[in-house]
Amino acid sequence: MKQLIQKLTEVYGPSGHEDAVRDLVRAEIQGLADSVTIDPLGNLIAIRKGKGRGGRKVALAAHLDEIGLIVSHIDARGFVRVTNVGGVRPLYAAGGRVRFTNGAIGAIGVETRRERPDHIPTLNDLYVDFGVARAADVPVRVGDVGAFMGAFTVLPGGRVMSKSLDDRAGVAVLIEALRRLKTSPHEVAFMFTVQEELGLRGAGPAAFTFEPEIVLAVDVTATGDTPNGARMAVALGAGAAIKAKDTGLLVDPRLRDLLVKRATEARLPYQLEVLEGGRTDAAEMQLARGGAVAGCISIPCRYVHAPSEVVDLGDVEAAVGLLVATLSKPIEL
Amino acid sequence: MAASTRRRANPALPTLDLVQKLSETVAVSGDEGPIRRLVIEAITPHVDSVTVDALGSVLAVKAASARSSGRAGRGRGERVMLAAHMDEIGFMITGVDSEGALRFDVVGGVDDRQWIGKPVWIGPERVPGVISAAPMHLLNSERRLTVVRPATLRIDIGAASEKQARTWVTVGQRGTFASSFSLIGSARRPTTLRGKALDDRLGVATLIELLQGERYACDLCAAFTVQEEIGLRGAKVAAYAFDPAVGFALDCTPASDLPPSAVEGENTRYNTRLGAGPALYVADNYTVGDRRLLSYLEHTAEAHGINVQRRQPGGGGTDAGAIHRSRGGIPSLSISVPGRYLHGPLAMARVADWRGSVDLMRAALTEWPGLRAMRAA
Repeated sequence: MKQLIQKLTEVYGPSGHEDAVRDLVRAEIQGLADSVTIDPLGNLIAIRKGKGRGGRKVALAAHLDEIGLIVSHIDARGFVRVTNVGGVRPLYAAGGRVRFTNGAIGAIGVETRRERPDHIPTLNDLYVDFGVARAADVPVRVGDVGAFMGAFTVLPGGRVMSKSLDDRAGVAVLIEALRRLKTSPHEVAFMFTVQEELGLRGAGPAAFTFEPEIVLAVDVTATGDTPNGARMAVALGAGAAIKAKDTGLLVDPRLRDLLVKRATEARLPYQLEVLEGGRTDAAEMQLARGGAVAGCISIPCRYVHAPSEVVDLGDVEAAVGLLVATLSKPIEL
Repeated sequence: MAASTRRRANPALPTLDLVQKLSETVAVSGDEGPIRRLVIEAITPHVDSVTVDALGSVLAVKAASARSSGRAGRGRGERVMLAAHMDEIGFMITGVDSEGALRFDVVGGVDDRQWIGKPVWIGPERVPGVISAAPMHLLNSERRLTVVRPATLRIDIGAASEKQARTWVTVGQRGTFASSFSLIGSARRPTTLRGKALDDRLGVATLIELLQGERYACDLCAAFTVQEEIGLRGAKVAAYAFDPAVGFALDCTPASDLPPSAVEGENTRYNTRLGAGPALYVADNYTVGDRRLLSYLEHTAEAHGINVQRRQPGGGGTDAGAIHRSRGGIPSLSISVPGRYLHGPLAMARVADWRGSVDLMRAALTEWPGLRAMRAA
């Protein structure tokens, strides 16, 4: 599991440029699904047919993409102005490194506001410095996309730290669930979606095509367990988070309760989650066509959208276990 | 280079008359009828089908040439949707004061500072009015520096009483800035267009012209959409109805390219530049442009010697934002004519940028190889 997450986080895949992540996932799930397709927007859809009676059409979604930067202007001295791809926090970005699709790496600088030393940087204050002396030597052009760098690292306490654990941890959960799922009465679509960070753009069309009755997103969620952190009853290491509500989704209580029941039966650690600022692919998938019953299994994650996101592998394991336990049995709502 | 070499030597282009008519027509979001009538009249002889959908968009199909549609298996004869929105920003009359002055609500995105003191047209009959503004000698310095919110502004149509005002306009009617269209430059070769609602009447004119031409290698599914300015509403259902293989939005995008003041240094946020050709979108606030379509248009432009520019990634949105998320997903791209002072009373655009967009789309459709044959940028 740890190796799989490491492999997934080390691949480059900002929104709209998910190609390499998609290729890796495709290789990892080879031979495990009855069909694997790529849809018009680039979502990778692996479908496992159900065995036996009473099965439902269930869609699981984890997103391939990560946040990043996009070049908006190259100035006369060769400094590269950028804007955000997804929810970039300038404070997290400043001083970091960014790698572009062609492999070029640059430092993220911040305009020094001498007149306002306490100014919190905005996107307009950021630039990328490629160490070139003139604009002609800049290795990127307007519209080129980059991703933040943040190497996969095992922390002394055993938790893992990396860029793009949002949502490669979720992608790993889906891959691992597909591997471990022996038999299921359900027809399950494992959807590896694109452009989630830009507003859940891939998941809706994917759900339109598959027409699921039940949808479950697997994504990271914030925690409330850090110094002066958000007031939120989710903690790292306390198990898979079964979502009750976020900004885009009120989880059907029947589905939420079923997940709690399966977690309890399988003695998997879990916690209930209410996220006050954020959405997942489930929010869009529930609205496709005539609608679907929607839920979400979250992986608690500290410093979401920083180059050093931190998750607890025990929580990831619990999420896999909960998915497999849920899909292995009938889903009666 | 089809259009530019065949251009007649007589004053300007025949289609400029159409642009003038389109620009000077009042058709604010939700009330696109006047433009819809012009569109239907202009395209009907040139298309295989034309319908008006439930929301009011005009949907027309021009099937691929017989040669191309017979080879559909190779990706030719694909359904390609092009959308241009008929609506413009403006206001809706919400009430009549006892003195006969009109209250209004803004329709679409307009800077509050744009309204005060401007002449306006109301309704299809273009009833003239002016948005009230006190002369400066009646204002103290504080009031002169204050932005007056549209809610406190009134439109004066010269009525002497509420009763008289109500005979000239009705609550619910839309209106917009009163600006006549003009061309700048020599009569034979004008360089610049100046008028209201170039966003997106230039796109409408482009789409009309494309429909009036020969058949293409793909089915051209043309959507003249409603209510783009208030949330891409017409395009959403138009894309669902067409169910195309790919989508393009033909729109107008701001050019904020005049040099900044010396204090600010280099202008790094211009969005687009006038005169640098039509703007192709890598990404805006609603869409990541499909990289295959972007690459195809850039290569087509290069092969035909058409100048294009990449719009700076960032905010804004076009009908592509609704189209690409329709049904099971529709790869989409936006292409815009750059215009200064959009969403205000008077915009300016270069004739060459607009013609470049027509030439580029005509070439792209004529040579359409099918999505599968395109490589990602």
